[in-house]
Amino acid sequence: MLTAITGHYGCGKTEFAINYALSKRAEGLPVTIADLDIVNPYFCTRERKQTLEELGLRVIVSLGGMQIDIPALPAEILTMFEDNVCGIMDVGGDSVGARVLARYEKDFARTPHELLCVLNFNRPEVGTVERAIDYIGAIEQSSHLIVTGLVNNTHLLGDTSIEDIMRGADLSKKVASITGIPLRYNTAPRRLLKQAQNIGDLFLMDIFMNKPWEEEFNGSKSDI
Amino acid sequence: MAKELWKGNEAVAQAAIRAGCKYFFGYPITPQNEIPEYFSKHLPLVGGCFIQAESEIAAINMVYGAAGSGARVMTSSSSPGISLKQEGITYIACAELPAVIVNMMRGGPGLGNIAPSQADYFQATRGGGNGDYRTVVLAPATIQEAADLVQEAFDIADYYRNPVVVLADGMIGQMMEAIEWRDPKKRELPQKTWAANGTFDKREHNIINSLFIDAGDCTVQNKKLEEKYRAITQNEIRYDLSGDEEPEVVLVAYGTTSRIARAACIQLKEKGIKASLFRPITLWPFPEKALHDEAQKPSVKAVVTVEMSMGQMVDDVKIAVNGIKPVEFFGTGGGTIPTPQQIVQKIVTVVGGK
Repeated sequence: MLTAITGHYGCGKTEFAINYALSKRAEGLPVTIADLDIVNPYFCTRERKQTLEELGLRVIVSLGGMQIDIPALPAEILTMFEDNVCGIMDVGGDSVGARVLARYEKDFARTPHELLCVLNFNRPEVGTVERAIDYIGAIEQSSHLIVTGLVNNTHLLGDTSIEDIMRGADLSKKVASITGIPLRYNTAPRRLLKQAQNIGDLFLMDIFMNKPWEEEFNGSKSDI
Repeated sequence: MAKELWKGNEAVAQAAIRAGCKYFFGYPITPQNEIPEYFSKHLPLVGGCFIQAESEIAAINMVYGAAGSGARVMTSSSSPGISLKQEGITYIACAELPAVIVNMMRGGPGLGNIAPSQADYFQATRGGGNGDYRTVVLAPATIQEAADLVQEAFDIADYYRNPVVVLADGMIGQMMEAIEWRDPKKRELPQKTWAANGTFDKREHNIINSLFIDAGDCTVQNKKLEEKYRAITQNEIRYDLSGDEEPEVVLVAYGTTSRIARAACIQLKEKGIKASLFRPITLWPFPEKALHDEAQKPSVKAVVTVEMSMGQMVDDVKIAVNGIKPVEFFGTGGGTIPTPQQIVQKIVTVVGGK
C-alpha cells in the first residue's frame, strides 16, 4: 500500500509520515519513505535521512544535498508504484505542495493507495472546521487525488496538552461527518500516553524534527 | 487568548498586519518566502496592498515612497536581498522616515545558501549603506518575541522617524512555535505632520529628501540625526540576562544562537561550571553598560561570544567589556548551526572543567 501524507503547512506532516513509516516497519514490512516536499526549505524528511536509514527505512530524497533552494523529484520515486511496496510519501504543505502528486496521476490510478490529510486545529489558517474543509478541497484539486483519511494531529509542539488533542478530535469528527472522509488517527506525543489512552484510534508519536537546541531533551523542554 | 501554532515567517507578517502595516513591497528569496506569501493573501483582506516588485531595489524604493506619505510599510528579505536594499535604507534614514525591514539571514557571503546564519550583524548594526546613519536593530530569539518585536518595531520607527531592522535568521523564519498575540506597550506617537500626503491647499508642500547639496546643511542634518541616535541609545536598549548570578563564564549570544547557548548552559551546570547567558535583544543600540557590569563581577573569568558567523558581534562585546576580562569567540559560518556540545567544549577549554 502506498500512502501519501498531505495537509496545511506546519500541521506535522513530516513528523506523522516518519512515525507512520516506522509503525509499518515495526510490523516487519520493508518500508520506503520519500521526501516529496519541494516547497519547504527546512524541517523536511531529508534532514533525517541518516537517522531513518539507521532505523531500517529506505529513504528517497532529492539529489543535491539537504538544503537546496529548488529540490527535484528523483526518478527513484517511481519505484514506489511497483507491486507490494509499502511506501510513505511526505508531501509539501498546502495545495501548492500537493501539486507534485498530480505528476503521478496515472501511476496512482493503477496502484492501491491512500491519501491522508493531517489536521492541526491549533494552526490558525486551518483553525476551524470550515477552513480545514476548504484546505482539503484545494489539496484534492491540485493533487488530482481524493483524500481517503484524516489524521488529527492537533498539537502545540512541547506545549501540547490532552485538551488540545481532544478538541482536535472533536473538530476532526465534525470534518469527517461533513465530508464523509473517515478519521483514521488521533495522534499524541508518547509523553501523554497515560492521559491519552482512552482516546479512540490513538497513534503515538515520537518526535524526530527537534530544533537544534532540543535534541538533548527530545522536545521535553519547551522553555529553552 | 489561547496559544496558537505559528511558523516564524507567518507570525512576522501577521504581527505587521496587527500593527497596522498596510503595505508590503518585496521580492522572493528563501528562507523568508512565507512573509510575502502571507502578506499577498492577507493584506488585501484588510484593505492593504501587496506588491511583488521587479527587484529588491525597486521594493525598498517603494517602501521609501510609502513611508514618505506617512503609511505604515514594511519589506523583508534574506541576506543577499538585504544587501541590494542598502542604498534605499540609507536614503530612508537620512530622510528620517519610519519603515520596518526584516532580514531572515542565510549563509553567506555572496549568494551563499539557504541555511540559517547570523553573518549580517555588521551590515545591520554598522549600516551597509553610506554615510553616518543608524538603524535600530531588534533580534528576536523566539517566535513569540518575533511577533512582539515586529509589532513594536512599527511604533519605534514612527516614534523616532527612523528605519528599524528586525534581524533574525532562517531558523526563526522556518520553525514553528506556540505563541499568543499581545499588544506592545503604548507609546505616545507624534502626528506625521511631515508626510507628503497631499496639501489639500491648507499648507506648504512637505518635501521628502536625502539630498543636502550644501555641506553646511548636510552637517546640520547629521547633527540632528546624531541627537536622535543618542536618544535611542538612552531609551531603547534591551537585553536578557539569565543563568547563574555569580558566573565563572558569561556567554553572549543573540537570536537562535542564544537558544543553543541556553541548552549549553544547562549542560555546563551539570558539569559544575557556573555560567550566565547575556542575550542582547537590541543589537543597535548595543547593551554595552549592562554587559560591562556583568563581566565586571568578581566571579567572572571570561566572556565567550557565540555566533552563527565567523565573529561579528564579538567586536561589540570587546568594546563593552573594554579589556577588563578576556573575550573568547566560538562561531560557525556559512549556514552551519553550532551544537550545545560544541559550545560546552569551548567553555571547558576556556575555564577548565571538572
